[in-house]
Amino acid sequence: MPLRKWLERAQALPGSPSAARVVVDVTDWLAAAGDVAAAGGQLLALWGANVPAAGDARVRAALVHESGLLVLELALPATDGLYPGLQSIYPAASRMQRAACDLSGITSDDPDQRPWLRHAAWPASEHPLCASVMGVEAAALTPDDYRFQSVEGEGVHELPVGPVHAGIIEPGHFRFSIVGEKVLRLEARLGYVHKGIERRFQELRLYEGHRLAARVSGDAAIAYSWAYCQALEGLERVQVPPRALWLRALCLELERIQNHLGDLGALGNDAGFAFGLAQFSRLKEELLRAVQLALGQRYLLDAVVPGGMAVDPGVAGIASLADCLHHIAGESLNLRNIYDEHAGVQDRFVGAGAVAPELARRLGLTGLCGRASGQEGDLRVDAPWPPYDALAPVKCVQRGGDVAARVSVRFDELQVSLQLALRVLEQMPAGAVRFAMPVPAAPAGELGIGLVEGWRGPVMLALEPDGNGGIARCHPHDPSWQNWPVLEHAILGNIVPDFPLINKSFNLSYSGQDL
Amino acid sequence: MLKTLRTIAAVGIVSEPPPEADLALRVREALPAKVREVLGRALAIRHVDAGSCNGCELEIHALNNPFYNIEGLGIRFVASPRHADLLLVTGPVSRHMALALRRTFDAMPDPKFVVALGDCGCTGGIFGENYASCGRVANVIPVDVVVPGCPPSPVQILQGILTAISTTPARGVAHGP
Ligand code: SF4
Repeated sequence: MPLRKWLERAQALPGSPSAARVVVDVTDWLAAAGDVAAAGGQLLALWGANVPAAGDARVRAALVHESGLLVLELALPATDGLYPGLQSIYPAASRMQRAACDLSGITSDDPDQRPWLRHAAWPASEHPLCASVMGVEAAALTPDDYRFQSVEGEGVHELPVGPVHAGIIEPGHFRFSIVGEKVLRLEARLGYVHKGIERRFQELRLYEGHRLAARVSGDAAIAYSWAYCQALEGLERVQVPPRALWLRALCLELERIQNHLGDLGALGNDAGFAFGLAQFSRLKEELLRAVQLALGQRYLLDAVVPGGMAVDPGVAGIASLADCLHHIAGESLNLRNIYDEHAGVQDRFVGAGAVAPELARRLGLTGLCGRASGQEGDLRVDAPWPPYDALAPVKCVQRGGDVAARVSVRFDELQVSLQLALRVLEQMPAGAVRFAMPVPAAPAGELGIGLVEGWRGPVMLALEPDGNGGIARCHPHDPSWQNWPVLEHAILGNIVPDFPLINKSFNLSYSGQDL
Repeated sequence: MLKTLRTIAAVGIVSEPPPEADLALRVREALPAKVREVLGRALAIRHVDAGSCNGCELEIHALNNPFYNIEGLGIRFVASPRHADLLLVTGPVSRHMALALRRTFDAMPDPKFVVALGDCGCTGGIFGENYASCGRVANVIPVDVVVPGCPPSPVQILQGILTAISTTPARGVAHGP
């Protein structure tokens, strides 16, 4: 059955204007997943739904197709309790399936059954999202015995790195198999900063959850808090004032600009050009100060709230922010020239950590990294939500797939986002920035979807109310889930000392995937 | 090259003076003022993200930008706990990081300071304590100075670090470990 048939069967979901759900049986689960793949779609997220009663477990898969999101929902078969794994269609499914097993106790029939998010903090027999009560015991200070897949052969060495790294970055473990300096294999192990976020959501009220959503990955706070509010406002049938939507877009673009400035500096530094770090970190600081003046905070972790925005810039704030954006646009063009003409920098960037477009497609590489490897997805263009339907940004795509391409996409997107932000500042409608939310009325069993193109890529959030103003289940999804496994391919054949540079060019989230 | 030099000259020096120490942030005073006096001249910091959302890290990074220029104050971030005098910890401590944090602390030579950063480091923040989170840093290792904020600004972080090594004793704070 072609994709169109599934879309016709699907019912629109509250929240994202492009999300719909179809409830399937085991056969249709695989058929629909295959049809979406055949039409060029990708798996975005896979997770266990809320379990209202024992024996009522369901698995969901969110698939991105050319114009939106199709959520498949499958009740777990009663016979063996296993659902058909999607790994053979979408390799990125594997880790999500393992995580769903750790947290929700639902198991696929795919071969890799190792735990993913669970190390030693809780036993395999317990599932934090099912247990009605799970006590807080003393910290588990014991290492566990995770089975890495090893490479054998003459002269092959294993190099374990982490979880604590040398720089100021998040923790994770990388196991390199090397010959000399050359990397034969890399296997990452994550889950170190798993802090029970999905469980914590279940203790919060619907109108509090946006604060936790903003802290799933603090560098993408706007993307997550917007996705949360989009899902919630959909569930509660609330229209947000137009000015608030435009302000959210402003903040989302500012978040993209800040992160790109930070990364461009760090990438220059990792290539041995400290000047780049000094200049870009200066521009970023100037922007953060202008943002604080205009919107009251350097990092906008509490700006997006249910019903609209908690902040509204005054005339003076808008003017100084616009000045700053103009200034950054000019300076970063100059810096781009300097990077482009610097032989040492280009020597490190070009060819390093290459992911060819075909591999990127097969593995589901997404977001910024995907666009650097010829994968053209950008939800702001493909499945626009207001006000992006009016803003119509252009996509920035490269095909080289190496560090140089990921740097180029950042430089291109930086200019596009600066112009977008300036346009929003100029054309933003006047009026209220926040409507009061009604007493929560969304019934249990509903599903709201938030879908936003954050600076790394698509951020999705699935929200289920409990019918009493609380959260029955909330699953946030970070694009890093897709891209971490691809990093393991990008490093192959490169040398270990290039890993920091290649890793930085991906700049994936640990917290966002560890949850 | 010429463009690079021209850019450097055009920007000039933007570094700002550091903040004063704030003794109200000091929650524990285990080391004599003499130690702080010596360390204050060349401080080596090891950072551990024990479960942060990565927001606090963004502001730690900012300390290295030309405005705050932390290296200009004789403060360096180092890659090994064995070279470190001060441990800067972010996040609620996830259960999966508790062991690594403890080991990092144990690997640091005495005398050593611990600064817990952000609302999460101070209290567990919005994540609190649960099956996967030990909550605040002090639940896992002894903490000398706390810096609240979500995330705290670079000035507040710098103030916390300077408070740890300030030679003035705090009043009304428990002495000894
Ligand atoms: S204090 Fe705030 S910014 Fe820092 S780790 Fe916690 S939630 Fe993130």
